[in-house]
Amino acid sequence: MYPSPFVYHAPASVDEALTLLARLPEAKVLAGGQSLIPLMNLGLAQPGVVVDINGLPGLDGVTEADGHLRIGALVRHHALQTSLTIQRRCPILAEAASLIGNIRVRHRGTLGGSLAHADPAAELPLVAVALGATLEIRRAEGTREVPAEEFFCGYLTTNLTPGEMVTGVGLPVFGPATGHGLAELVRRAGDFAIVAACAILDVDDAGRCGHVSLAVGGVGPQPLRMRRAEALLAGRTLTDPLIKEAAGTVPDEVSPESDIHASAAYRRAMARVMAYRALTMARTRAGTSWLTP
Amino acid sequence: METAAAAAPEPVRLSFVLNGHPVEAWVAPYETLLAVLRDTLGATEAKCGCGEGVCGTCTVLLDGAPINACLILGVQVRGRAVTTVKGLGTEGTLHPLQRAFVAHEAAQCGFCTPGMLLVAHAFLRDHPHPTRDEIRAAIAGNLCRCTGYTRIIDAIEASAGMREDPSGSTV
Repeated sequence: MYPSPFVYHAPASVDEALTLLARLPEAKVLAGGQSLIPLMNLGLAQPGVVVDINGLPGLDGVTEADGHLRIGALVRHHALQTSLTIQRRCPILAEAASLIGNIRVRHRGTLGGSLAHADPAAELPLVAVALGATLEIRRAEGTREVPAEEFFCGYLTTNLTPGEMVTGVGLPVFGPATGHGLAELVRRAGDFAIVAACAILDVDDAGRCGHVSLAVGGVGPQPLRMRRAEALLAGRTLTDPLIKEAAGTVPDEVSPESDIHASAAYRRAMARVMAYRALTMARTRAGTSWLTP
Repeated sequence: METAAAAAPEPVRLSFVLNGHPVEAWVAPYETLLAVLRDTLGATEAKCGCGEGVCGTCTVLLDGAPINACLILGVQVRGRAVTTVKGLGTEGTLHPLQRAFVAHEAAQCGFCTPGMLLVAHAFLRDHPHPTRDEIRAAIAGNLCRCTGYTRIIDAIEASAGMREDPSGSTV
């Protein structure tokens, strides 16, 4: 139950890391290790080369500028959960981090690592898609930015190419009228969700919904935005029947598979329930100057 | 390209602080901290359970924060402070939390106990007056297959707010 032998590199700078990754395209990047090392302990991953990026300076910051948050790839879940900046400016991220695994995993696991691992039922990829996050990706030749929705390509698959690594994430800052909801179906605290939904929306003084984003996870190879539901809600007053109607469009938008945890039909049914709960939670938290009809 | 077949990494010298004492060992860079603790340093109080970070029995504190020793490489703790359950108290002078576990008979087979104690210790440091539900949530990532958890929660609850060691020292 220990990793197979590998060659270990611990570069001291981002440039050094990128040079190594360019030279060793088969190398696996080791960030928090809370997904990669389990896979190695179980023999499911046997990389010949590991590039440990934990010593890289400049990847563990949280900064705010021009209405955006920039979070370094090495910011750990526990820091996402406890950072006052994130709690105030992007509370959905703090809430999502608090639901991950257990306290030990949260002390080691990183934002960049979780996104690059791309588990379709994980909290942070779901929230990144719902938020419209942008991933900053670097390689030796330069930097590119990719919207989260394009970054996730399938089960444990991203559009990272050999030689690249995630170095940071850009997120929009919540406004005073922004509400968020995160609902997940789990059998035990800290498990990966069977189905999860994340809603982020703005409500104006008249109670009308402005920007709205709804994403679901665990019901397909990657987190998915629910455009039909969003189109139903945008510009309208968020009554309970309207939210029910929007959530009702979700089962037809997803194609889950059956596995040991749940059947496809159950996941489909629960996707509606989780979407309803997430939207209701977001509506309750959004704005303050109007009452639920 | 470097491959696993070509990989025969030389052992490296690793030094860190274990339970307050500097230790040194020759380790392979692919060895987990748990392997280094158990197989090289003889610190078998850190147990090997699931290897996936789920069961909690390999819990150690890294610079005071609970982590899975099975999910970090030994070389990653270079120069840092690692605490196992043996760093909480000694056989003659148990930590108040350990005494509470004894008083409440919170250990049955004992396999989960080191991890439970370390997670509870870190939790109580940050939450000195927890509710029972907060205690339940705090140890949700530590699995016990014997006790049904009730006595463990009793012990942690009893220990909360009684952090002073009778000898006058605090841990």
